[in-house]
Amino acid sequence: MSRFISLIIKEFNHIFRDKRTLLVLFGIPVMQILIFGYVVNSDFKNIGISVLDRSNDTHTARIATKILSSGYFEYRGNIYSEEEITGKFKSGKVKAVLVFESDFGKHLNNSETAHLQVITDASDPNIARTIVGYISGIVMAYQSEMLQAGTDAVLIDAQPRMVFNENLASAYMFVPGIMAMILMLISALLTSISVTREKELGTMEVILVSPLKPTQIILGKVTPYILLAFLNAMLILLLGFFVFGLPVNGSLILLLGELLLYITLSLSLGILISTIAKSQQIAMFISLFALMLPTILLSGFIFPIENMPKVLQWLSAILPPRWFLIILKDIMLKGNGLAQVWNETLILAGMTIFFLFAAVRKFTIRLQV
Amino acid sequence: MRTIIVLIRKEFTQILRNRIMIPAMIVAPLIQMFILVYAANMNMRDIDFSILDEDGTTTSAKLAARFSSSPFFSNSGSVFSLEEAENLLREDKADIVIHIPPGFESKIDNREKTSVQFLINGINSASAVLTSAYSQNILLDFNRSILAEFSRPVAASGMGSIDLSYSHWYNPELDFKIFMVPGILVILVTLVGWLLMSLNVVREKELGTTEQINVTPIKKYQFIIGKLIPFWILAIIELGIGLMLGKIIFNVPILGSVGLLVGFTAVYLVTVLGFGLFIAAISDTQQQVMFINFFFVLVFILMSGIFTPVESIPGWAVAFNTINPLAYFMRVIRMILLKGAGFADVWKDFASMAVFGVAMITLAVRSYRKRA
Repeated sequence: MSRFISLIIKEFNHIFRDKRTLLVLFGIPVMQILIFGYVVNSDFKNIGISVLDRSNDTHTARIATKILSSGYFEYRGNIYSEEEITGKFKSGKVKAVLVFESDFGKHLNNSETAHLQVITDASDPNIARTIVGYISGIVMAYQSEMLQAGTDAVLIDAQPRMVFNENLASAYMFVPGIMAMILMLISALLTSISVTREKELGTMEVILVSPLKPTQIILGKVTPYILLAFLNAMLILLLGFFVFGLPVNGSLILLLGELLLYITLSLSLGILISTIAKSQQIAMFISLFALMLPTILLSGFIFPIENMPKVLQWLSAILPPRWFLIILKDIMLKGNGLAQVWNETLILAGMTIFFLFAAVRKFTIRLQV
Repeated sequence: MRTIIVLIRKEFTQILRNRIMIPAMIVAPLIQMFILVYAANMNMRDIDFSILDEDGTTTSAKLAARFSSSPFFSNSGSVFSLEEAENLLREDKADIVIHIPPGFESKIDNREKTSVQFLINGINSASAVLTSAYSQNILLDFNRSILAEFSRPVAASGMGSIDLSYSHWYNPELDFKIFMVPGILVILVTLVGWLLMSLNVVREKELGTTEQINVTPIKKYQFIIGKLIPFWILAIIELGIGLMLGKIIFNVPILGSVGLLVGFTAVYLVTVLGFGLFIAAISDTQQQVMFINFFFVLVFILMSGIFTPVESIPGWAVAFNTINPLAYFMRVIRMILLKGAGFADVWKDFASMAVFGVAMITLAVRSYRKRA
C-alpha cells in the first residue's frame, strides 16, 4: 500500500512540476467558455447594409428605417447603381443591399405589387440565411401594420414559450460540450502521453520491475488524473453557473456519479492508447485524431447530430461523448433523474468495462514481453 | 548557404523516413473535409412538431394542416394534455408543441382576439429562434387567409403587397460546403506547418540530438531557417492538395488568382511558423509544447470566424483579431476563392502579415538558445 501511495505521489510531482501544462489545462476551459459565450454564440448584430433606393418615397424610407433600426443591422451608406455592389461586397464591410425598384411607393398605393430585392453577400451562407429571416420578418410586419390600418383585423396572437431555456441562453449548449471535451483531453490525452513518455524515456521499465502489480501501476498512474479531471469539471460547472447562470436542476449526486463514469471511461481509453503507441507523437496523433476531433465535431457539441448524414450519425453513436452529452443536458437542464438516463448510462458503463478490460489485458501482455 | 541546404536535406530525409507522413498529408485533409463539411451542416433540418388541440374544430384542424403541409415541419403526432406535451419535449420527440386553446374557432368567428401557444424546446437556442420564426410565419399566413375569408381581400384595403425577393451572390444556393472548405484549408495549412514543426523541434531537444547540432559550427539563423523551410514547403504543398480536393469533391469556386493565394499563404506561414518556433524554444517536453500549442490553436481558430460572422463579435474580440493571424488568413482565403478579390482588395492584410512575420521570426531567433 505504501508503495502504491508513493507511486501516486511521484505522479503528482510530475504533474505539478510542469506548471505550464497545468496552467493550460485549467486555462482551456475558462478561455473556451468565454469565447463560446461571447464570441462564437454572439447575437446577430452589426451586419453592414447599404440601400439602393430608386424610388425615394415615404414607404421606402419607412421600410429602410424599420430595417436599420431593428438592432441587427448597421447602415453603411446609400449607393446609386448596381455596379457599386461588387466593390462594397469585396471590401467586406457590406453584407446586404436593399434594392427598392423605382415607383415602389406608387405601386404600393395603387394596390399593385411593389418589388423589393435584397442582394446578399452569401460567401457566408449563415449570415445570408439570417439576413433573409430577419428582413422577411420586418417587411411582413410592415405589411400587416398597413393592413391593420384598413381593417378590423381578427388577429391570432402567437405566444412562444421556450421550454427548459426561457432566456435562450446558448450556454445551455456549449457548457456541457466543453465539459465532455476537457474531461476527454485530461483523461485520455494527458494520460496516454504521460505513460508513453515514461516508456520512451525508459523509466517505465524501472516501475515494471518493481514489486508493484500491473493493476496497482495503472491505478497509481490514473488516480492523479481522476482528481485533476474532477477539479476541472467542478471549475466548468461553477463558471457555467456564475457567468452564464447555468443551473443543475437534477440531482447533483447523480451528476457526479456520471462524471466519474465518464472520466473512468476516458482514462481507460488513454491507457489503451498508451499500450498501442510506441512514442509520444503517435499517442498524441491517435488521441487527437481518434478522440479529440470526433469529440468536438461529431458528439453534437457544436453541430447538431440530426443534421449529419446517416454514416456520421452511426459513427457518432460509438463515441462516448455523445451519450455523455445527452446525460449532462438531461440532468442539468431538464432535471431528469436516473429513470430517464439509465439507457445512456448503461451504454457508457458497457463501453467502460470493454475498454478497461482491453487496456488491462494489453498492459499485462506487455509486462510479460 | 551550403550548410542550410544540408540541414534542409537532413530534415526532409527525417520527415520522409516517417512512413505515415506522406499518407497522413493526403488522408488527413480528405477525412477532415468530409467530416467537417458534412458534420458542420448548419442548414435547418425538419422541425418535429406536435399538436395539442383543445378546440377540436375545423378551424383548428386547418391551422394544424398548415403546419403539416409546410416543407420545414414534420408531424410527430398529437398530444392531449400539457403534461404529455412537456414529456414529448423532454424526450426530444418534438421540437415544438402547438397548443390551440379551447374556444379557438368560436372566438375567431366572433372576431375576438385569441392566441396560440408555442412550446419550444429552447436548449439549442439557435434552432429554437428559427423554429419560433418559422412557426410565427405560418401563423401569420393563416391569419391573413382568415382575414381574406371575411370578405376583405387584401387588395380591397387599398394597399398593394410587397414582393420580397432575394439574390444571393457568390453562393446562390447558400451551400454551406463552399463556405467551410476554405476554413478547413486554413486549419490544415496551420496544423501542418505550426504543429508538426514545433513538435519536431522539441522532439530533437528531448532526445538530445539538438545538442549535437549545437556543438557544430552551424549558426543560430542557419539552424532556424533549416527548420522553417521544410515545413514551410510541406504546408504549401498541403494547401495545394487541399485546394485540389476541395475543387474535385465539392466544386469549390476558385474565382481569384491561385498565385495570390499561395503568395499570401507563404507570408502567413512565416508568421505562424515563427510563433511555433518561439513556443518550441520555451518548451522542454513534447507534452508541454503540445498543450501550449493546443491552447493557442484553439483560441486562434475559434476567434478567427471559421463558424461565426466576425461582424457580431464584441469589441475586445475584434481587438484580439487584429493580432490573430488565422483571422487574417480566414478572411483573405474566402475573399480570394469565393469573391475573386485581387491584390488591391487584400494588400492591407498582406502588409500586416508581413510585419507579423518579421516580428515573429525575430522573436523566435532571439528566444532560441544555442545551449541546453
